[in-house]
Amino acid sequence: MKTFVPRDEEEIAQLVRAALGNAAPLDIIGSGSRRGLGRPSDAQTCISTSGLTGVIYYEPSELVLAAHSGTPLSLITRLLEQHDQELAFEPIDHGPLFGNPRGAGTIGGLFAVNASGPRRIKTGAARDHLLGFRAVSGRGEIFQSGGRVMKNVTGYDMSKLMTGSYGTFGIFSEVTLKVMPKAQTGLTLLIIGLDEEEAVRQMTQMSGLGYEISGFAHLPPLQSGFSSPAPQELAGKPLTALRLEGSETSVTARREELVSSLAAKGRRVEVLEAVNSRNFWEDLRDGTPFGGTKEQIWRISSAPANGALLVADLLARNVPVRCRYYDWAGGLIWLAVAAAGDAHAPAIHAVVDSHGGHATLIRASREVRAAVPVFHPQPPALAALTQRIRHSFDPELILNRGRIRDDL
Amino acid sequence: MSISMPEPETEILRNRNRLIRRLRRILPDGNVIGEETQMRVYECDGLLMYRQLPLVVVLPETVGQVSMVMALADEMNVKVVPRGAGTSLSGGALPLADGILLVMSKFSRILEIDYPNRCVKVQPGVTNLAVTRAVEHEGFYYAPDPSSQIACSIGGNVGENAGGVHCLKYGLTTNNILGLEIVLMDGQVLRLGGKHLDSELYDVMGLMTGSEGLLGVITEITLRILPKPQTISALLLGFASIEAGADCVASIISAGIIPGGLEMMDNLAVRAAEEFQACGYPCDAEALIVCELDGAASEVERLIEGVSRIARNHGAGFIKIAENEEQRLQFWAGRKNAFPAVGAIGPDYLCMDGTIPRNQIGHVLKQIQNLASKYALRCANVFHAGDGNLHPLILYDANKPGDLDKAEAFGADILRLCVEVGGVLTGEHGVGVEKRDLMSTMFSGTDLKQQQRVKCAFDPAHRLNPGKVFPTLHRCAELGKMHVQRGKLPFPDIPRF
Ligand SMILES: Cc1cc2nc3c(=O)[nH]c(=O)nc-3n(C[C@H](O)[C@H](O)[C@H](O)COP(=O)(O)OP(=O)(O)OC[C@H]3O[C@@H](n4cnc5c(N)ncnc54)[C@H](O)[C@@H]3O)c2cc1C
Repeated sequence: MKTFVPRDEEEIAQLVRAALGNAAPLDIIGSGSRRGLGRPSDAQTCISTSGLTGVIYYEPSELVLAAHSGTPLSLITRLLEQHDQELAFEPIDHGPLFGNPRGAGTIGGLFAVNASGPRRIKTGAARDHLLGFRAVSGRGEIFQSGGRVMKNVTGYDMSKLMTGSYGTFGIFSEVTLKVMPKAQTGLTLLIIGLDEEEAVRQMTQMSGLGYEISGFAHLPPLQSGFSSPAPQELAGKPLTALRLEGSETSVTARREELVSSLAAKGRRVEVLEAVNSRNFWEDLRDGTPFGGTKEQIWRISSAPANGALLVADLLARNVPVRCRYYDWAGGLIWLAVAAAGDAHAPAIHAVVDSHGGHATLIRASREVRAAVPVFHPQPPALAALTQRIRHSFDPELILNRGRIRDDL
Repeated sequence: MSISMPEPETEILRNRNRLIRRLRRILPDGNVIGEETQMRVYECDGLLMYRQLPLVVVLPETVGQVSMVMALADEMNVKVVPRGAGTSLSGGALPLADGILLVMSKFSRILEIDYPNRCVKVQPGVTNLAVTRAVEHEGFYYAPDPSSQIACSIGGNVGENAGGVHCLKYGLTTNNILGLEIVLMDGQVLRLGGKHLDSELYDVMGLMTGSEGLLGVITEITLRILPKPQTISALLLGFASIEAGADCVASIISAGIIPGGLEMMDNLAVRAAEEFQACGYPCDAEALIVCELDGAASEVERLIEGVSRIARNHGAGFIKIAENEEQRLQFWAGRKNAFPAVGAIGPDYLCMDGTIPRNQIGHVLKQIQNLASKYALRCANVFHAGDGNLHPLILYDANKPGDLDKAEAFGADILRLCVEVGGVLTGEHGVGVEKRDLMSTMFSGTDLKQQQRVKCAFDPAHRLNPGKVFPTLHRCAELGKMHVQRGKLPFPDIPRF
């Protein structure tokens, strides 16, 4: 495989036009840290955006940052930290899941896969933070949309379309994003001993109260081989985690209220302070509990209140679930299943369809990802529309052909 | 009235009676309106100076009916303009002489309230305020709150990606919806999203939001509701100059404070608001900020202190903290009624909607004053300072010949200025008819063609709300063409590894 590293968007455009001329599909990567996501490709040529780096514009008081798409995410995170700011949606780092070190991704790759972490439930997804971009379409044309202001309805919201499109519309050359002040401090309350149904009920109830909780997760006791993100002495117990972030004043006040209200209900509560709390959520965010294992991994997004029921239905259907945990108050289920040729997709899709939502196969071998719908199958009319939209940017399917579906 | 709509197609006008007959087979007689007097109420939206009688008005009541109307229009080559409550300020719901006006006002039911999943499923004709009204007794609310919230519909909010005074912290419509049901131009019904977060593949729901009725008709929406903050308070901050007010806004955000609302008004707007409805505004302030803070009680106290300190540092001559909920609402009443208040000193006004980087607020407002003297028109400014979204209200007299043209030219100058300083033409009101011909100040021909190709994926014959948003209509076949030189181009000399 040949990998080209263009230096600017004009060079990207030339490459895409050349690829069109040669009818040679292109793989698109940033640093390649998320290459394991989606279907495998057999393209012979690859474009990496890692040659387009650097922050173009950063104005902390404007809460806006613009960067070339190949800029390492770690560089941006560090820069933001210097100004007590951050990416509020807590981008997932896919390193641990694929057995790689953390910190390898690019900013463009992050938006290409819409990777949002636990705080998504409160502050929105990556898609809610992309203000504008420049890109090269599958027609080899440079185009742009959006801007660098918070509110903008001029023309279609192409940023939403581009985010999570896995490079099948265009290759980002620049992205402009909204950044937010970083919380002064944070901690996690761990309620001990709830079963899954109780935990989901507790979390959805809490999410309806004004505590501004910025993370709701539930970890049933993990089977051996899976590494708990919690401190050792708690690792074997069912843990329901509620995260509080903000100023010292605010966190202290809310902690007191929450702890006493939980105690009044007879709940047993432990507290993870600063660093422990941070590590806990980072591990949940990145699927670290599944890090060293061989299981196939699914991520299911569904209505939060149904979370535990959905898992019970999977078990009733004999899906060999080896390990699972819940984020987004029950709305996100991380699932590790015993490896199989079909990754148990038919049963998983059927159960998810009965509850509403979608399942994405996050980790499986090349062969399995080639054979199984990695992204949730769509009803025919929507599948056809999806295809027409794809063609509108890339009629020859020159960019990441087959990455998201065999017809796309 | 400088913007012209596409010429009506005579063929369609000729077939009007046949169309009406066939529509009456789909809908009850009373829901198909063809008489001129009855159609008059629909001849314009909130952009009052553009008026046009539609070919016919239909008021469907079910998704099935919408689907059949669309399929019929598709078959008979008739255009369709969707309309919610008709409060758009950009002419998005302006009828076409040769188009069906599809009015969604009979879709007025709240279908489901689901507290555990924190969402509400509504029909598109439900008003924005009705959503909050339906859930507030349980301690919830729907965050996007356009000033028109008593009247505007959720369908129209999705159509325009409406915002409000709480956007800075809680987002616009697009950040607060979970699911949509839409009907395409050919009558197909699709469901996007649901009660879960994020889409399985492409974010078509995100694309639909703010698409101004050009891509599909929205027939159902699932909205996210939020728990009310534990405590809410508000401050009024008065400054002797616009610059001081603008600097204060930047300093508040630099200090890491994201207020629930951060609004600013200039002197003309302050006086108009105070006259319209006494709300305790200082009439001598050149700039007035309304700042809302929410969170845990002790946190709000801390923030009030912080904001007051910052305001003092910027020389605020007037600082008033709401003493109770009643006073907080009073602070807001002036801001929320600012448009009608300015209307009252009018006689007429044109509302602009550009967004600019916050650090340009002082500069742009000064330039607007210069333009006001150049055009000899008054301009009041009411705006979402926190997110840099300006609403210059240009005052003119519709009865004075030439005044409207002057006001429109003034408005276009303001929007060009917004783009020049790194901003955009519209923050929340949409392009519609009003800003259509300015699109090329922000987008290249290539950019616009790509957007139109996306439109082609939904509506290949441009029958849904044509003449809005895009200055030039290209045929989809033309847009789709791509000239590829097969096998001719070698890979250029670019580093590889
Ligand atoms: C006094 C006043 C104050 C305002 N303040 C604000 C404000 O603070 N923030 C703000 O964002 N806006 C504001 N607006 C503008 C306006 O209220 C919003 O744009 C609102 O969202 C329009 O809703 P509507 O139901 O009136 O839609 P309409 O005006 O009927 O339609 C708006 C657009 O959406 C399309 N549309 C409507 N319904 C559907 C549907 N079901 N399916 C598909 N397309 C549809 C129409 O074709 C049109 O393009 C204000 C307007 C006024 C008059």
